[in-house]
Amino acid sequence: MIRVEGLTKVYRMDGVTVEALRGVDLTVAPREFVAVIGPSGSGKSTLMNIIGCLDVPTTGKYWLNGREVSLLSDNQLAEVRNRQIGFVFQSFNLLPRLSALENVERPLIYRGVGRKERLERARAALERVGLEGRMLHKPTQLSGGQQQRVAIARALVGDPVLILADEPTGSLDSASGRDVMSLLKELHAQGRTIMLITHEPEVARQAQRQVRIHDGRLVGDEGGKAS
Amino acid sequence: MNLLQAMRLALGAIWSNKLRSFLTMLGVIIGVFAVVALVSLGQGATSRVTEQVQGMGSNLITLYIRGRGPLSSLTYDEAMDLAARSGVRAVAPVVNGQVTVKYGNQSASTTLEGTTPDYPSVRSYNIEWGRFLAPVDIQNRQKVAVLGADVVETLFAGTNPLGREIRIDGTAFTVVGVLEKKGTSMGGSNDDKVIIPVSTAQRLLRDAGVRTVYIQAESPEAVNQVVAGLEAVMQRRFRDEDAYRVFNQAEILDTVSQVTGTLTLMLGGIAGISLLVGGIGIMNIMLVSVTERTREIGITKALGAKKRDILWQFLVESAVISSLGGLVGLLLGYGLVRTISKFTGLTAVFSPQVVAVAVLFSLFVGVFFGIYPANKAANLNPIEALRAE
Repeated sequence: MIRVEGLTKVYRMDGVTVEALRGVDLTVAPREFVAVIGPSGSGKSTLMNIIGCLDVPTTGKYWLNGREVSLLSDNQLAEVRNRQIGFVFQSFNLLPRLSALENVERPLIYRGVGRKERLERARAALERVGLEGRMLHKPTQLSGGQQQRVAIARALVGDPVLILADEPTGSLDSASGRDVMSLLKELHAQGRTIMLITHEPEVARQAQRQVRIHDGRLVGDEGGKAS
Repeated sequence: MNLLQAMRLALGAIWSNKLRSFLTMLGVIIGVFAVVALVSLGQGATSRVTEQVQGMGSNLITLYIRGRGPLSSLTYDEAMDLAARSGVRAVAPVVNGQVTVKYGNQSASTTLEGTTPDYPSVRSYNIEWGRFLAPVDIQNRQKVAVLGADVVETLFAGTNPLGREIRIDGTAFTVVGVLEKKGTSMGGSNDDKVIIPVSTAQRLLRDAGVRTVYIQAESPEAVNQVVAGLEAVMQRRFRDEDAYRVFNQAEILDTVSQVTGTLTLMLGGIAGISLLVGGIGIMNIMLVSVTERTREIGITKALGAKKRDILWQFLVESAVISSLGGLVGLLLGYGLVRTISKFTGLTAVFSPQVVAVAVLFSLFVGVFFGIYPANKAANLNPIEALRAE
């Protein structure tokens, strides 16, 4: 499903060179639930950006679903993000002007799906996360937990091969956080591949496999089928 | 993402920020409004002046004699000889002077013109009532008069003037006809005059000379040839270029339409500048909007929006703002032009070209000034955009 080899990423900020990743090799099998855990500044966000096709590595190779992504153009990367990856962010990142339904529908617009099918699928995704009664609410009218569930519905709607969750519980109270984690576990149980990025060991423990990252290198890998 | 979808997104964005969208639009509204109103009024002025000049007579050439020394005019026969020249359809020599006309206890000071039966056709006058002068009136020096509409109004105030006797500088004349009202044109009223036979006028004014000759050419093409011939004849007669002047109606028309055309262009240009300012306003707001929506752009990029999608979204947004503004400006301009021409004498021509230019130009302004901000949005780095607050 995911295979990265010798991934490095070097940033140059104000003349200072920062090595965010110093050679990461990682393989994630289909239907795995992996947590990438590490302290802030460890390079886990950079890894997530590269795996999420938001960024390209300085050196190294990345295959997603059998395709070498590190060679793709900006437009092709956008296409991969749209079709293969569903994002869940710490700060939800919903579009504030739009209703829950319109937010969930958005990825399908960029895919060119017709209006009727879009709305059907968006409704189904919102029902899946238990928000059938909140479809026309704006993000500001929803609680944090509900907003994060809208975001998960949005990640699901395009039927991606990988759901990438970056600190999905980081902005939530513990009850909502538990809800979101159990939703992710359910999705995993239904056969989705999920990659979770967190700095909280308790959250990471709920995943099937934990990968530890420190100073741009993987330093531990527990519970996985591949290891 | 197709155009329809992009428009739906753009309208959503415009609607969610109504006040700002409206203020942005206002620049274009005022610009298009100014262009439409000023150009329509300018074109109205042009067409009105053109009409007036044409109304003086078709293919009209006017010869004015100023004279040189003792030779201050043409004789009647000399003037009539001009009719025989090639390209000339008709000639109407005019002897004129200021007179006082009386009827009963009413009197008016007006222009007297002594002329021949061809005068109405040469000068494009119609007869409202009665008849015009006949050749027999000229031969017999009949004391008959044809009145202009203004004179009729002043002297007769609604009663029938035909057959009545008026006094022109004390001499009795019978009214045989009334000219149809023609309105004012360059050179004053066309309706404030009294016309009598040229032979009678020469007696009355104690002046035998013809100082004005109206000449009608056979066709617009013949005008230049006739003018050249006339100038040659006059040069031979007076041996002085200042002794006569030949006015060619077509030339006047050219000059007039050049002047009004320049004026229209100038007004349109000034109005165009305000449209440009409106466009800069759009660019400014779009840039602010891109900055404000950086995070939104980052989110949509993460969701798989291509550069092209984001470019489209912003470009369509600015084009929609600007064309909506253009449309509103057009309606306002149309309203103003209609109101002005209703309540004042000004004519306004609301031409389809103006409409097309206004709409296309406002669309162009939107696209042109939207390109830079849209491009800026499309090229944002998704990671940095997502990090923005």
